[in-house]
Amino acid sequence: MISFQNISKSFGKLQVLQRVNLNIETPGIYAILGPNGSGKTTLIKSFMGMVHPDAGDIIWQGKSVLKHWQYRENISYLPQIANFPKNVSVGELIQFIKNLRQKPSDETPFVSQFQLAPFLHKKLGNLSGGTKQKVNLLLAFMTDNPVVVLDEPTSGLDPAAMQVLKHILKSEKEKGKTILMTSHVMDFVEEISDEVVYLLEGKIHFCGTVDALKNQTQTQTIEMAIAQLIIKEHA
Amino acid sequence: MLKVLKYTLYDLLRSGWSWIYFGFYLLLTFSLLFLNNDVSKSVITLMNVLVVLTSLIAVVFGSMYYYNSREFIELLLGQPLKRSSIFIGQYLGVSLSLSLSLLLGLGIPFAFYGGFNTEVIPDFSMLLLAGVFQNFIFTALAYNLSLYHENRIKGFSYAILMWLFLTVLYDGLFLILLMNYSAYPLEKFSLVATLLNPVDLSRILIMLQLDISALMGYTGAVFKQFFGTGLGLFTVAAILLLWIIVPVWNLYRKGNNKDF
Repeated sequence: MISFQNISKSFGKLQVLQRVNLNIETPGIYAILGPNGSGKTTLIKSFMGMVHPDAGDIIWQGKSVLKHWQYRENISYLPQIANFPKNVSVGELIQFIKNLRQKPSDETPFVSQFQLAPFLHKKLGNLSGGTKQKVNLLLAFMTDNPVVVLDEPTSGLDPAAMQVLKHILKSEKEKGKTILMTSHVMDFVEEISDEVVYLLEGKIHFCGTVDALKNQTQTQTIEMAIAQLIIKEHA
Repeated sequence: MLKVLKYTLYDLLRSGWSWIYFGFYLLLTFSLLFLNNDVSKSVITLMNVLVVLTSLIAVVFGSMYYYNSREFIELLLGQPLKRSSIFIGQYLGVSLSLSLSLLLGLGIPFAFYGGFNTEVIPDFSMLLLAGVFQNFIFTALAYNLSLYHENRIKGFSYAILMWLFLTVLYDGLFLILLMNYSAYPLEKFSLVATLLNPVDLSRILIMLQLDISALMGYTGAVFKQFFGTGLGLFTVAAILLLWIIVPVWNLYRKGNNKDF
């Protein structure tokens, strides 16, 4: 369904992605893992059209997405940092994004799950970091799209909100959606994802199910498996 | 684009800064008109304030708005929107909000003073026009500089330096050249040099309208001699328009190619 073909990208002298090939065939939750600066965000930003790859192509629904913008009508996106205009309220921001999307969308279940009702009339500048992230998540999930791209969805969330997020992700997956996300929280990834992609220095070092990763590295947890991969790489 | 514009405008009109800026113009114009009791003199004072201050505020607002909405731009880039609609929509929103503060801040005291019954309406309108030009030009220049610099301190510093160069240093350098080469015919050179600076152009736009040769200075006089008032005004306005079109075109170009 989504196919990254030989994607390369460098920022100045820094080569961030090196001929990355990745095929996402079936719906499910795909987690892109890797240390800081390994190219996770750059990879998903290339798909979103926010970063222009130097070489390669990205195909979705049989068409190249590069240099286009209409395809984003069917993709939801969660940016890494939740920072919004300070002088408008949460409710007004929701209306604005709905207005841009021009698609049926419903924020009410997420307002209640994240307990955002008391904040709907508050200005975004007065919200805490965690609440902003909840608003960010709500904006990403409220429109019904077949593909959801999430950049660090867990950042700033308290344990209760983490549970809510897991619940939402599971129910979105059951609807047959493809969810592509980056994360640093290994427990979260282990519990929720169907497949993991491990990126290191701009190259994919592993792509497969969580169990396959554990089997390959002979480890119990995903955290240990990743550690093994890093050790192997530097051996 | 209109949606982004509307939203930016809405965000800015609710910000305290827009109101402070509006209040400043209101207070300034009220005191000038009612204490001076001479519209022409007030227009000249306002012009001097406008040429320096409006451009500075546009530069500061433009850069700050871009850098403050940097993460919000990423959210917008994830929506089904053309990139140009995001940047040009935001740019127009900032310029319009600044222009609104200016138009109302100057216009309300003028109306109270009974200015609309006097023959100074064309002079006053030219003042407003020059102010609006300053807003649109300097916001566009600041937005351009911000797009080229990820580091906000660097981008902001360059924007302020650009303002300092165009409002203060440019005239100084120009004057030094004129004095050193006064033995040569410098009309053409000074004409071209003036066209290259939007601050000088705005000043000449008002001067030509007011027809005060004593305040026009060398370039203004050359301008008037060369073009005459009518053609002069038209030329100045056309070049000011180019000062908007070229940076906005570059905003479009750079915005499309930039990685976020």
